[in-house]
Amino acid sequence: MRIPTSFLALFATLAFASVVTAQAPAPPTNLVLADTPDDAGNAVNLSWLLSPNDVFNTLLSDSQESDPSIVVASYEIARRVVEAKEEISPEDSQWQVVSEQAPGEVTWTDRSVKLGWIYSYRIHAVDTKGNVSTWDQAKTTIEPIRQMFNMSKAWLAIFMLLFGGFVAYFINHARTGKKLWVRKIAGLEAIDEAVGRATEMGRPILFVAGIQDINEIQTLAGLTVLSRVAKTAAEYGAQIEVPTCRSLVMAAARETVEAAYLAAGAPDAYQPDRIHYLTDEQFAFVAGVTGYMVREEPAACIYMGGFYAESLILAETGNHIGAIQVAGTAMPSQLPFFVASCDYTLIGEEFFAASAYLSGDPLQIGSLKGQDYGKFMSVLILVAGIFFAILLSFTQSEEGFAADSLNYIKNNMLGSEGLGSFGGGDTDIEGDDS
Amino acid sequence: MKRTVPLIIAIVAGFVLLIANFIPYAESWGLTAQEWFNILAVGAMILGGGNLVKLHLMKVSGRRKGWGYSAVTISCFVATIVIGMLKMGVHPSELYPNYAWSGYYLESGSGLWWIYQHMIVPLTSMMFAMLAFYVATAAFRAFRAKNIEATLLLVTAGVVLLGRTYAGVWLFEGWLPESMMWLRFDNLTVWIMDIPNTAGTRAITIGIALGVVATSLRILLGVDRSYLGQD
Repeated sequence: MRIPTSFLALFATLAFASVVTAQAPAPPTNLVLADTPDDAGNAVNLSWLLSPNDVFNTLLSDSQESDPSIVVASYEIARRVVEAKEEISPEDSQWQVVSEQAPGEVTWTDRSVKLGWIYSYRIHAVDTKGNVSTWDQAKTTIEPIRQMFNMSKAWLAIFMLLFGGFVAYFINHARTGKKLWVRKIAGLEAIDEAVGRATEMGRPILFVAGIQDINEIQTLAGLTVLSRVAKTAAEYGAQIEVPTCRSLVMAAARETVEAAYLAAGAPDAYQPDRIHYLTDEQFAFVAGVTGYMVREEPAACIYMGGFYAESLILAETGNHIGAIQVAGTAMPSQLPFFVASCDYTLIGEEFFAASAYLSGDPLQIGSLKGQDYGKFMSVLILVAGIFFAILLSFTQSEEGFAADSLNYIKNNMLGSEGLGSFGGGDTDIEGDDS
Repeated sequence: MKRTVPLIIAIVAGFVLLIANFIPYAESWGLTAQEWFNILAVGAMILGGGNLVKLHLMKVSGRRKGWGYSAVTISCFVATIVIGMLKMGVHPSELYPNYAWSGYYLESGSGLWWIYQHMIVPLTSMMFAMLAFYVATAAFRAFRAKNIEATLLLVTAGVVLLGRTYAGVWLFEGWLPESMMWLRFDNLTVWIMDIPNTAGTRAITIGIALGVVATSLRILLGVDRSYLGQD
């Protein structure tokens, strides 16, 4: 019996198709597009439901519908431009794979889109053997939108304005000539003592302005203290040595010290070579500075700026040579080391208050008063948060005014949900570390 | 003029970065300001390198104390620059095989890579390892029970130290009643780290944050100019 050729071809096609269908993974579903909130119109959020063959799909992976021999290895996301205000290249108008996501991933943000262009997306799964599923295309297209204001930072902006208002008010208040009281900071009072000791002993003063660059606020705060130390050193006739870890800091430190010597009426005593660059490398810098300390044995070592692991090496070497040591940093992790090894330590905000305190300028001291009011504002929020948390622990209810208030403080005022709405979101009664 | 222009630059750059944080449209301004800073920092590297060579050359030529170390510094400086700039041991890139210097300067096996892997990394690790000894000496000094605060610190440190080892569990095994398990050092350690330690750290962090804002405002408003060399 002769079988018609057309019948054989049809049979072969059906057999091949059934094999392919059996081997291909099931596609992810429900691809949804959304504009990324609070951005400049250059990002789009995508979300989808996992393929049943994805091992991370807890809902479907155990069901009988999925074949356990097929395992999703990745998801490929393709994009094409549907419409644009300007001329687009032929590649942009065609489907192009723009991202590959790992199994278990259900979201992705495309940060390579352009404002004013309209995009379409689709996604498919690829299994471990390289077989691909059918595409799941988003039902809608998306046009990225630019927001005028980052609403997720609304509360931060409010706090900034309030705090700035306090500082500006007290600076203005100080202009009227009213005297503002500031408590004594022992570490800063000790600077004169340290410089005096160095002068008596005929040894230099070592000043290290941290290992960060000039664009860091801690380095700037350190340089303001350097200004005062250099001026006192110039008045006493002591020598000051300033090794730096960044070239720009060296340039700025030279300007600062030169002006301080000029202000002290001793411009001839200024030696620019004593303010020198060592290296950008953290521990090579430490080796250079500690080597100097051991050789020259400075009578006073002052560390003011941003420090990392080198803080203890510097301070312990200074302790070993018997120098009087004053340190100031805003690195919480390094503060214990300085406290253990130095005679005086400026802790966090004291370090930032140093420039205002040392200058004695009423305008700057006014800013410290404003800072205190900012602190008071923070304490009020903390007390409110503690009150609502305690209230909630008694009621054990996830609803109600206390829960909503705590939620709002955590997620909106201190979180990134912006002004939002009062009463939304979940409450974590047990508390967490946020 | 010498003070005014840098002050204006500082104020403008500060406000640009502040606005860029809140207005999405201005995000790119902040990035541009950062790029300008990077370009300046690269230019300043020449200034720093020049200063380093000048100081050490003066030390060598004057045969001042320790001039031998300066000679080693200059030799290493020059050797690293020559090996790095000439891309010694670097193979041409696959994209541009006809250009001898088209390869990546830190290619595995190249001269600069060798200097980094076999000189800089071990030397850096050596300095870092010294921290262990410095921690021991600093701890010995800090934990001497001179007064109530230091005694409290000593006891707390002892509890945390033992609580982080097996001894924290082992010391209390077999005799401590179930109702008193919270007294076990490992449990006390968790409480110390989570409650008093976290509270103290957060208090310092809040103070630092407010200090940063106040200092930034002083600089932005031009009230604090001491970093420019004016007291």
